[in-house]
Amino acid sequence: MIEQTAGRAQGAPEEISNLELNIWRGNSAGGDIVSYRVPVREGMVVLDAVLWVQANMASDLAVRWNCKAAKCGSCSAEVNGFPRLMCKTPISEYGGSVTVRPMKAFPVVKDLVTDVSWNYEVNKQIPPFTPSERDATSSEPWRMQQKDVERVMEFRKCIECFLCQDVCHVLRVHDDKAAFYGPRFMVRIASLEMHPKDVLDRTPLLKGKAGVGYCNVTKCCTEVCPEHIKITDNAIIPLKERMDDAYFDPIRAIVRRLGGSPKRRPVGE
Amino acid sequence: MSAHTYETVETDVLVLGAGGAGLRGTLAAAEAGLRVLIVCKSLLGKAHTVMAEGGVAAAMHNVAYQDTWEVHFADTMKGGKLINDWHMAELHAKESPERVLELERWGAVFDRTWQGRIHQRPFGAHTYPRLAHIGDRTGLELIRTLQDRAVHTPRVDVHMEVNVFKLLKADGRIAGALAYRRADGSLILYRCAAILLATGGTGKIYRVTSNSWESTGDGTALAYEAGAQLRDMEMMQFHPTGMVWPAGVRGLLITEAVRGEGGVLRNKDGERFMERYDHERMELSSRDVVARAINSEVNAGRGTPHGGAYLDITHRTPEFIKSKLPSMYEQFLKLANVDITRQPMEVAPTIHYAMGGIRVDAETGATIVPGLYAAGEVASGLHGANRLGGNSLSDLLVFGKRAGEGVASAAKANAGASTAKLDPKELDSAIAELMAPLERPAGESPYKLFAEIQEVMTTHAPIVRDGPGLEAGVEKIHALGSRVAACGTGGPTTLAFNPGWHTAGDLKSMLVNSEALLRSAIERKESRGAHARSDFPRTEDELTPINFIVEKTADGMDVRAERQAPMPDYLAEAVQHSYARYTPEATE
Repeated sequence: MIEQTAGRAQGAPEEISNLELNIWRGNSAGGDIVSYRVPVREGMVVLDAVLWVQANMASDLAVRWNCKAAKCGSCSAEVNGFPRLMCKTPISEYGGSVTVRPMKAFPVVKDLVTDVSWNYEVNKQIPPFTPSERDATSSEPWRMQQKDVERVMEFRKCIECFLCQDVCHVLRVHDDKAAFYGPRFMVRIASLEMHPKDVLDRTPLLKGKAGVGYCNVTKCCTEVCPEHIKITDNAIIPLKERMDDAYFDPIRAIVRRLGGSPKRRPVGE
Repeated sequence: MSAHTYETVETDVLVLGAGGAGLRGTLAAAEAGLRVLIVCKSLLGKAHTVMAEGGVAAAMHNVAYQDTWEVHFADTMKGGKLINDWHMAELHAKESPERVLELERWGAVFDRTWQGRIHQRPFGAHTYPRLAHIGDRTGLELIRTLQDRAVHTPRVDVHMEVNVFKLLKADGRIAGALAYRRADGSLILYRCAAILLATGGTGKIYRVTSNSWESTGDGTALAYEAGAQLRDMEMMQFHPTGMVWPAGVRGLLITEAVRGEGGVLRNKDGERFMERYDHERMELSSRDVVARAINSEVNAGRGTPHGGAYLDITHRTPEFIKSKLPSMYEQFLKLANVDITRQPMEVAPTIHYAMGGIRVDAETGATIVPGLYAAGEVASGLHGANRLGGNSLSDLLVFGKRAGEGVASAAKANAGASTAKLDPKELDSAIAELMAPLERPAGESPYKLFAEIQEVMTTHAPIVRDGPGLEAGVEKIHALGSRVAACGTGGPTTLAFNPGWHTAGDLKSMLVNSEALLRSAIERKESRGAHARSDFPRTEDELTPINFIVEKTADGMDVRAERQAPMPDYLAEAVQHSYARYTPEATE
């Protein structure tokens, strides 16, 4: 462990005490924890402390952030081992010492910045929102009821922080990104599948490439979601049920064989 | 030849910025059959548009049947204190309903009325309930919808975490741009037939702001350097309600929807002070009025312990608050330990939005530089001296589409620009300037200079300004200019993801924006909208159709007044007409 110290911060009149902020510094070749002393201000969050270090002690400290209001999902990291948004994590939740590491499920670029491009590739593979021909060409504004749209609104709250991906054991421990899209994209598929106006049927995709069967319902993703989306209960389990109904229900299998064609267009086979 | 190598990437249309305007412009340009490359400083989907909370303004009359484009036009013009580009305001009011409905057809999910139509909420200075919304996260819905459509559109590609440093011209036309990848510092030379700038605002030139690190005014600075005109740069909006406490979250936005849903403002004596500033509209007055009212209360010693006002919505039920304002509830509980269903919020003005920006043609988004287009916050004209809440998201959609079509037709007509010969000297000197901070290990820290620019703007161009203060501000910005030109990275000079180096580049943009703001503010010798001067407190009638235009000349920055053509009669009548007040009982 390397120790670094600096003089008192400029312009920090509300200084109360010091924080020992341990940040993983390094790149794909390796790295180590570096310890910094940060003056604490009232209401400070972990991101404030990290940015203070960047401005005063380590100008090349790589970190992603944007809105600083838990709305963009950029500043994901592991704070004392727990995946969190740094902008939403008050220093006061900890004692005098905090350790911040990059997300483990993705390759490190530098310091706290990871390569999350795989997620963007996955999103491209999911067939997008598709309304019926009639809805698409109708000149009338659509009518939908609040109770019907509320179901997908929960999924559309997702800010793509990828903390759920980080904590999912299929991606984190087994690094099996070829087998499972991960919780974020189960939420994405659910938001499309349950959209009142969407007509595609993505269960073939779920069974195949998206790999919904890989989820074994440990609910870790739900636990870390900063938007409190009930990922497992409201997105993944209903999607698993759709897949089971479509592929493993004997009565439906017979109906399907007799030519009872589904109304929706199956995609992703 | 420069010692630094670069990769050349070719496309038809280059779009800088992946917020609402950039994405909507991309879709329009791709629909015209062109290859479009989006370049953004952050990851896709993180742009400042996600911060927009309240909604998108569009006269769809789903809640108030009396609403028409004329009323929306009149509200926008009156809110902008009549210096708006009236043609932009007209197009915006007419086209925004169509753009919202189109968004819904692309998968956006809005809150509904009991009849199943898109719900619309009341907002400051809009005569009727007009903001289509999704709880208080409308911007996220907008960006996600456009983003998903864009990545599934053929011919569209995205380069994330790339900074553009300079726009390049050949034979007087836009022909490319010099950029670098944040991850490894490698250089890219983009070759294209036309560019759409959609880089957003410049709030970061102030210390207390609701804007993210990205809002350093890059687009305005790039366009200015390339020869485009800037307009209304003195018009910088203070949003009335930013968080004031704790210190770590100072400036963070509290959506106007809190007031739209019934929140009231009180001073420390419990007085509902808006009564004295705008008896008619109270808390839902325009943002410039509410922001100055809070400022005046604090200055008169009637502020809260942390120097703000109280915003109180506790008279609504907890269920109502949690369903209509879920992210506000969460934000205060988590960051300030305040339960807004039981306690008032402490609020104070925070820098929020730049009404000023690049001067564009109302119909196409064209600048005066051939092949250069702009839309969204980086452009100017629609909002005049003050933007109404909700008009920003509709601005992105309406003018994003128009500028996307504009840039596409320019690219089609000048396909040769992407292969025209660039000036090698210009390219080499741009590369040298970009890399210079890395070669100055002993140079000043860019973070320090960043904070100093913010300090100058906060002190010298505050919510109420005066001539001597502004003049002194210009002097200080000039002095900072020479220090910025000699600054280093503040530490290591490595190329790999080095925010010190990135920040050094941002400073250049901030200086252009700061000087343009200060100089335009000096020229506008009156108080109007967001621009208030203690030495010229009145609004001068003869300045009504006047805009201040900023342009780069051989002698430096030039600022001059320009008079707009008068509005046609039908628009003037729409502004003067007296519209019936909205009464919920009669319509719902």
